[in-house]
Amino acid sequence: MSTLLEVSGVSVTFDGYRAINNLSFAIGEPEMRAIIGPNGAGKTTFMDIVTGKTRPDEGQVIWGEKNESLLRKSEAQIVQAGIGRKFQRPTVFEEQTVYDNLQVALRKDRGPLAVLLDRPTKADRDRIEELAGEIGLSDHLDTIAGTISHGQKQWLEIGMLLAQEPRLLLVDEPAAGMTKEERDHTTDLLKEAAKTRAVVVVEHDMEFVRRLDCKVTVLHEGSVLAEGTLDHVTADQRVIDVYLGR
Amino acid sequence: MGKLFAENRSVPVFLMILAAITLAITVMSEGYGTGAISTSLVKTLGMTLCLCLIALAMDLVWGYCGILSLGHFAFFALGGYMIGMWLMYARTADTIAAAQAAQPIPPTAVELNDAIAVQIFGVVGGDSFPWMWAFSDSLFLQLALVVLAPGLLAFVFGWLAFRSRVTGVYLSILTQAMTLALSLYLFQNDTGLRGNNGLSGLQNLPGVEAPQALTSVWFLWASALALGLGYLLCAWVVSGKFGKVVRGIRDDEPRVRFLGYPVEGFKLFIFVLSAVIAGIAGALYYPQAGIINPDELAPIASIYLAVWVAIGGRGRLYGAVIGAAVVSLASTWFTGGRAPDIPLGGYTIQWVDWWTVLLGLGFVLVTLYAPKGLGGLIDLMSRRKDA
Ligand SMILES: Nc1ncnc2c1ncn2[C@@H]1O[C@H](COP(=O)(O)OP(=O)(O)OP(=O)(O)O)[C@@H](O)[C@H]1O
Ligand SMILES: [Mg+2]
Repeated sequence: MSTLLEVSGVSVTFDGYRAINNLSFAIGEPEMRAIIGPNGAGKTTFMDIVTGKTRPDEGQVIWGEKNESLLRKSEAQIVQAGIGRKFQRPTVFEEQTVYDNLQVALRKDRGPLAVLLDRPTKADRDRIEELAGEIGLSDHLDTIAGTISHGQKQWLEIGMLLAQEPRLLLVDEPAAGMTKEERDHTTDLLKEAAKTRAVVVVEHDMEFVRRLDCKVTVLHEGSVLAEGTLDHVTADQRVIDVYLGR
Repeated sequence: MGKLFAENRSVPVFLMILAAITLAITVMSEGYGTGAISTSLVKTLGMTLCLCLIALAMDLVWGYCGILSLGHFAFFALGGYMIGMWLMYARTADTIAAAQAAQPIPPTAVELNDAIAVQIFGVVGGDSFPWMWAFSDSLFLQLALVVLAPGLLAFVFGWLAFRSRVTGVYLSILTQAMTLALSLYLFQNDTGLRGNNGLSGLQNLPGVEAPQALTSVWFLWASALALGLGYLLCAWVVSGKFGKVVRGIRDDEPRVRFLGYPVEGFKLFIFVLSAVIAGIAGALYYPQAGIINPDELAPIASIYLAVWVAIGGRGRLYGAVIGAAVVSLASTWFTGGRAPDIPLGGYTIQWVDWWTVLLGLGFVLVTLYAPKGLGGLIDLMSRRKDA
């Protein structure tokens, strides 16, 4: 396992409020990592920084074998480098079908001309159907994405993430709004992905995190409070004080 | 998938209706048929087809990509000016050459050129050709400029605006500023395009003896052909994966960016394509109108265009065409003095004034009760038939 992403000494201030404070974090490939922490700890902001949505005031974000800095890349370039993201609030293209959503996400050339001349191949269709099967939406390929349930949208977004075949998956609260069964299936999907990729999962649900069975990082006030196995961090008195005890 | 199919199905239907209308006008025209439709009405109808074409262009950027451009008549008028320069030059050159040929000593090329320049620019006190008329003697180059000039303007404007991530109402205001600035520039007498006189006599084709009764029908055909091809092109662009990405940009731009698409490139592509289509529409429109001047670029014209597309139903190509046709023809009728005034005792409703009120009312009603526009009604009907 080699280091894929390394975040070091990163800080972000919003209107004088330090949302991320000298944060350092590293993940290898393949690896599964869970991030937990109270509301406002900076978990989503951390993902915003890695994906180029928010620019940090200081610090470094280093990616891949060639140790490239992500800070100078655009959002689209970061995605093309191999970082995919599932947002906290599921964001799919509501006016378009499940099939269209997956097709747009498929890993293919992203340039305007290539897309204009793109004609879907059989391999594309097979891949879309395979993904739809994995996320339990095989019967909904022609359904307009705005009309499926919240849990199904979560899955569709996970499907779109997998379709991109990223090396690093950033998954923000995937289980919100899901039934117990759906959650279990989601953990299976993520664990499968983590066999070959780096996966970072933000989740509040401890049962879900336990099932992921991976190293856990606890964020608090924008920096790492504790790191280790779930049992290790949940036994930490500071973690109990700021997060679990509340 | 169903939506896609419905859209593709609209293409053959649209082309057939367009061909039928064109044929019907032709057989009723003065030039080629019974004469039931006057030559000036043929011109109005041909111009309406050009307005439908720019409405298509507008729908492409606004309805599909969410860029509310309120400056599209800048591209339209640029296309018109580019073809107008050749028309004016070539026709003036013909008449001057004919007049001077009668003289005992034949004029030199320089004398001929000066005489043409005086003839064209005398109204603004000029006697030589401004730099932008360098290619005006070449139909081929001016035709190329019909595409290049609007395309280049759109490229530069779009590149600057999209790269700085100007969106929404700010972008709309910028496009208004663009068309206003261009119009103010053209209003000046010394900018090379004859100031507020504009270019005139464009209905006379150089070297063509045929009467207007015939040429008006030719332009009708050309406009119909351009509209048909434009419809095909737009339908193709928005049908495949490109259309899905572009609609994604309209509905959730950041999401598309986080799928790794260079959103700016897509917007620029659509914007430039749309401007080029608008330029071609303008190049066909003004020879039928006969005159072009900087008033054509007034910001209000581009706002009307958005109203047409909204009334017709954006995000569906036939909606834009229907909106442009219905509203612009109604506008011609109401403001052309043909609509009967309504006397109300002490006050008389004169449609020339009240048409704008009617249009505004129609716009509000459509926005409130038929947000998908007139085209949305067609969707409803065709769906009911399917069921
Ligand atoms: N764009 C922004 N502008 C101003 N403040 C922001 C912005 N984004 C985040 N914040 C603030 O930064 C802090 C961290 O927010 P963040 O969304 O990262 O928390 P989180 O750990 O994801 O919380 P949750 O568990 O509720 O999702 C919060 O106080 C939030 O209000
Ligand atoms: Mg969050």
